[in-house]
Amino acid sequence: MNQREAIIEVKGLSKSFGDKVAVDKVNLTVYKGDIFGFLGPNGSGKTTTIRLLCGLLTADDGEGKCLGYDIRKESRTIKRQVGYMTQRFSFYEDLTIRENLDFVARVYNMKNRRQVVDEALVQLGLEHRQNQLAGDLSGGWKQRLALAACMLHQPKLLLLDEPTAGVDPQARRDFWDEIHRLSGLGITVLVSTHYMDEAERCNRLAYIAYGSLVGEGSPKSLVDDSGLTTWMIDSEDVHQLADELRDVSAAQQVVPFGNTLYVSGTDSKALEQALASYDQRDDIHMERTTPRLEDVFIRLMHSSEEKRW
Amino acid sequence: MVISFSPRRLWAIVLKEFVQLRRDRLTFAMMIGIPLIQLTLFGFAINSDPKKLPMAVRSAESTTYTRSIVQALIHTGYFNIVSLTSSEREANNLLAEGAVQFVLNIPPHFTRQLLRGEQPSLLLQADATDPAATSNALAAVKEVQKTALRHDLTGELAKLAGTDTAFQINIHRRYNPEGITQYNIVPGLMGVILTMTMIMMTALAITREHERGTMENLLAMPVRPLEVMIGKIAPYIVIGYVQVAVILSAAKWVFMVPMLGSGLLLLGGVLVFIIANLTVGITLSSVARNQAQAMQMSFFFFLPSILLSGFMFPFRGMPEWAQILGSILPLTHFLRFIRGLLLKGNDFTLAWEHLWPLLIFTLVVMSVGLRRYRQTLD
Repeated sequence: MNQREAIIEVKGLSKSFGDKVAVDKVNLTVYKGDIFGFLGPNGSGKTTTIRLLCGLLTADDGEGKCLGYDIRKESRTIKRQVGYMTQRFSFYEDLTIRENLDFVARVYNMKNRRQVVDEALVQLGLEHRQNQLAGDLSGGWKQRLALAACMLHQPKLLLLDEPTAGVDPQARRDFWDEIHRLSGLGITVLVSTHYMDEAERCNRLAYIAYGSLVGEGSPKSLVDDSGLTTWMIDSEDVHQLADELRDVSAAQQVVPFGNTLYVSGTDSKALEQALASYDQRDDIHMERTTPRLEDVFIRLMHSSEEKRW
Repeated sequence: MVISFSPRRLWAIVLKEFVQLRRDRLTFAMMIGIPLIQLTLFGFAINSDPKKLPMAVRSAESTTYTRSIVQALIHTGYFNIVSLTSSEREANNLLAEGAVQFVLNIPPHFTRQLLRGEQPSLLLQADATDPAATSNALAAVKEVQKTALRHDLTGELAKLAGTDTAFQINIHRRYNPEGITQYNIVPGLMGVILTMTMIMMTALAITREHERGTMENLLAMPVRPLEVMIGKIAPYIVIGYVQVAVILSAAKWVFMVPMLGSGLLLLGGVLVFIIANLTVGITLSSVARNQAQAMQMSFFFFLPSILLSGFMFPFRGMPEWAQILGSILPLTHFLRFIRGLLLKGNDFTLAWEHLWPLLIFTLVVMSVGLRRYRQTLD
């Protein structure tokens, strides 16, 4: 793994807006071909970090390279080789699909513009709708158009900022299939998301909270290293049980999912003891399970909160 | 039928509107600022009876009699001597350039003819491009003809004192002899329309990009700020020329406005003016946070442009502070340029007097705009 080429390598990246620290000494390494998931609560600095990487914002402090170029001095060269997809659809709703792609191709000074645009339209499956206004597309199609536009100049690195927010499950799945296809072609992808199922489709993850990186690794290693123990409890009355368990200090997270309660804690012995009395009850069935990513991230967020205060 | 009108619900809406209004500082400022600006401008700056208009005197002789006549003109309050010259060419230039509103010509042998009772004539040339600016002054001249020499005419000539037969003042309304208001308004309108559309269009064009979030995407692509700016401006230059073509056609065939100057100079001057306005629009858009603000700011600029430029009211009727303010505005200089070109047939040297202020204005505003334009999102 280690001999792989680092596409993004930044150290001590910091950015403040006024006296609010948005990104605080973030170290980040993304290797070639990675699908690197970038997670964190709203306002944690994900978007700011991505903007720093592609030169839309200038860092207050820190240094590093993106595609081998200095992120502070060579942001213009970086822009030319990176595809950045904004959180909000930021192509022109009053241009047609074709006109949007054509505009992007011109801005990047592409030589065989017509052909590139034609290919992108076929690839997208939008060639028969190419003269429709981009604003008339559904959310899922808009995202696919945006992705195609970002890929038009054949970047080596894709930065996707919450690309699937507000998109239906089928469209999200299609979108992720496309990301995996691109990854297979050797393109590095850094994607921020809130969705756990999407996090699980990444091969590496980083979790950011309050501007600081609090966890990093593959989904499996994050779960293994979390130090969490999770129990899955089936009960007729999960809400009653949840209320009871929330008073148990060893049960740090009590999350109902339908008729199942997920109870997690860092002190596995204490948790087991606390739950022992419930195991006796007839209406309750419980078994130990691996912690879910979501539990791990919430644990990471809380522990970073504790460190802050 | 139940009347389902709830005062409580109404109150909820009213309260919400007030809270939102208070947050929207610019609208709030507009509502207080616009009446204040209008009060100041209409109350203090505008005067449709301009006094102390600059006059050049081209005098072939200077005697008690001619001095009395000149004094009498000054006493009307409408005339103010700013230049003495003996050259006809220079006097013409002053008038064409707009440096003076009147030229008083006192011919040679005027006094001798006056004393012989030959009823000699003085020639008062007026720049009548704006009939409103000169009409009161010219009306006052009649009285001067009667009273100017009443103390000077003694002896045999005493019978002429107090009549208008001692001498004549011939008034020559130059550039617009019939005093047709359209000749002045229609070319001016070109400036007003260009100011309004150019500033608003560009201000909106860039703010829209920010508001819709497409600016972030544009900035992430390898385009340079100058490319964005010029690219955004260029289409509006074309639109500006289309407007100019429409107005000029109407001026020529509907209003029969004379067009004496060079067409090439016209196109060049219009370009300078269009660019000056576009830079204002871009600069406003770099300050405005959304399209509504951009509109409001354009209006803030447009209002004094219309009132202080000399379009609606004579420029020289305004007090000095308003004239200084007016001299900053591009429309003021464009009006002088376009009226001078169409009605007076000014050549490049004379037109340049009104074009260089536009160029300086453009440079200053553009440097502000470029500095404010953000290449990053910081």
